[in-house]
Amino acid sequence: MADREMRAVYAQTLVDLGALDPRICVVEADLARATGTGPFAKAYPERFVNVGVAEANLVGVASGLSATGKKPFAATFACFASRRAYDQFFLSANYAGLNVTLVGTDPGVTAAFNGGTHMPLEDLALMRAVPGLAIVEPSDPVSLEAAVRIAAASDGCTYLRLQRKSAPELYPAGEHFELGKAKLLRQGKDLLIVALGALMVSEAKKAAELLAADGLEATVLDLFSLAPIDRAAIVKYASASGRVVSCENHRVTGGLGSAIAEILAEEGVRAKLRRVGVGADQFGEVGTQDWLADHFKLSAPHIAAAAKSLF
Amino acid sequence: MTANTQAKPGERLRALKGHAQDLRRAIVSMVHTAQSGHCGGSLSAADIVSALYFDIMNIDPSQPRMPGRDRFVLSKGHACPVLYGALALRGYFPVDELSTLRKNDSRLQGHPVSTYLPGVDATAGSLGLGFAQAVGMALEGRMLKAPYFVYALLGDGELNEGVVWEAASTASKFGLERLIAIVDRNNLQNDGKADDIMPMEPIDKKFEAFNWRVLAVDGHDMAAVLAALEEARKPAGKPTCIIARTIKGKGVSFMEDKREWHGKPPSDDEYGIACKDIEGGCV
Repeated sequence: MADREMRAVYAQTLVDLGALDPRICVVEADLARATGTGPFAKAYPERFVNVGVAEANLVGVASGLSATGKKPFAATFACFASRRAYDQFFLSANYAGLNVTLVGTDPGVTAAFNGGTHMPLEDLALMRAVPGLAIVEPSDPVSLEAAVRIAAASDGCTYLRLQRKSAPELYPAGEHFELGKAKLLRQGKDLLIVALGALMVSEAKKAAELLAADGLEATVLDLFSLAPIDRAAIVKYASASGRVVSCENHRVTGGLGSAIAEILAEEGVRAKLRRVGVGADQFGEVGTQDWLADHFKLSAPHIAAAAKSLF
Repeated sequence: MTANTQAKPGERLRALKGHAQDLRRAIVSMVHTAQSGHCGGSLSAADIVSALYFDIMNIDPSQPRMPGRDRFVLSKGHACPVLYGALALRGYFPVDELSTLRKNDSRLQGHPVSTYLPGVDATAGSLGLGFAQAVGMALEGRMLKAPYFVYALLGDGELNEGVVWEAASTASKFGLERLIAIVDRNNLQNDGKADDIMPMEPIDKKFEAFNWRVLAVDGHDMAAVLAALEEARKPAGKPTCIIARTIKGKGVSFMEDKREWHGKPPSDDEYGIACKDIEGGCV
């Protein structure tokens, strides 16, 4: 199916929602041109706020807008959304019981040429530690639109992890998504692969093909939301094969792999787990997305190798 | 050590203008080769960085970690092409390595990483963070009674960050007279004119209110830049902020004062024009 630029889908969905709901507003921190929310600013200038290069302020202002009844979508690079504005998001937005969607763009190795300073490999771990926060990482343009609509309809806070670049459509238009419900992309008896986000779902699908060529049939889940997490699906398919591979564009500490390990242990599922992700002792590096995905062992051959190591 | 302080005034200026031209050439070459990176804010700072690295600063490229050296913190870390250029041309690492900017596994990351590259005094790129680190470095110098200076280069958009003002308060509390902040006041940031995105004027009055000494200078007038840096080193019992009025993209005709050249690489044709502009000495 066709590729579509993810940030364009994000902006257009907000424009569409903004027409129906005057509470929808957009808050930016001097990265509006990167996030691509110009069309929203043009359509609803009175509901578009640029606070300058000030990410802590971004989330504080978004929280204040929410406290007076708005539904703000605040966006910045994921490194700043998590590491820089964590206190504001934790306390002013989440603990205060408000309704802020924080969008972290360029997650993990998609930060590419900006290098290690801008490579968020810990945002999911930080966000998982916020009570009640919904954490969503869509895998394609269709699931992204759904995620934005879910966040807009929610009364609570959402962290939306957004790859800005183009991604192929994996789902037909209008496909239904909900928080805590993974999508079954492929079913196989030998192992379970759980992937999160556009990059890793794509690599997981390719890995399943590689494994199939070697006679191993994998179940592949597109997790969609990391919190709430689809506990039932993970338990079901992990129990069936006893072998699980988690795939995240993130450090292995505290993110998807950790969440699955907790579930397997708590539910007493007899399964071995391999966590595909950036190593626990590694910071980000600079390079092309493809090179980085290979360097950090996130790409399909590495997923397939991790899977085979379970046998 | 300082390179040119003994030279006659005319020769000194001529040499520094030449180094600034070399820096500009290196900047556009790096970003063109990388096809990624920030030309505009690197070019606006080229004269200031030339004055610091080729004249004012007490540094020794053969001893990048020399304890008593002056420190330079590029708090506007995205302008790292100008810093990498200066470090390579001063001999901290091979000039050939400049072509690895933003390439796979390069030490020349998209923002400066101090653990990777000799001569980079501070990892920076998340705006505002470098400036607070510079305050800490100057504070340590005060504790040790060491006579080194700390120079921090900030963007005017960077002044939007709250931590800049937290750091500014700290610097004045401790009377860090060997801390010199230079604001690259080019009035453009990622989303548009700095004065539109988040008006920060009066910047001079703001720093004065934080109990800083404030100097204003044309950031492309080498004699004035040198004079301001020398004035800033005179003890005042307080830190000094030099507000350098600059032109984003300075020295490359089609980049000057254009927002889109904040973070756009030149095409092959544009690179050719840029080289001619720099040879022609637009500066």
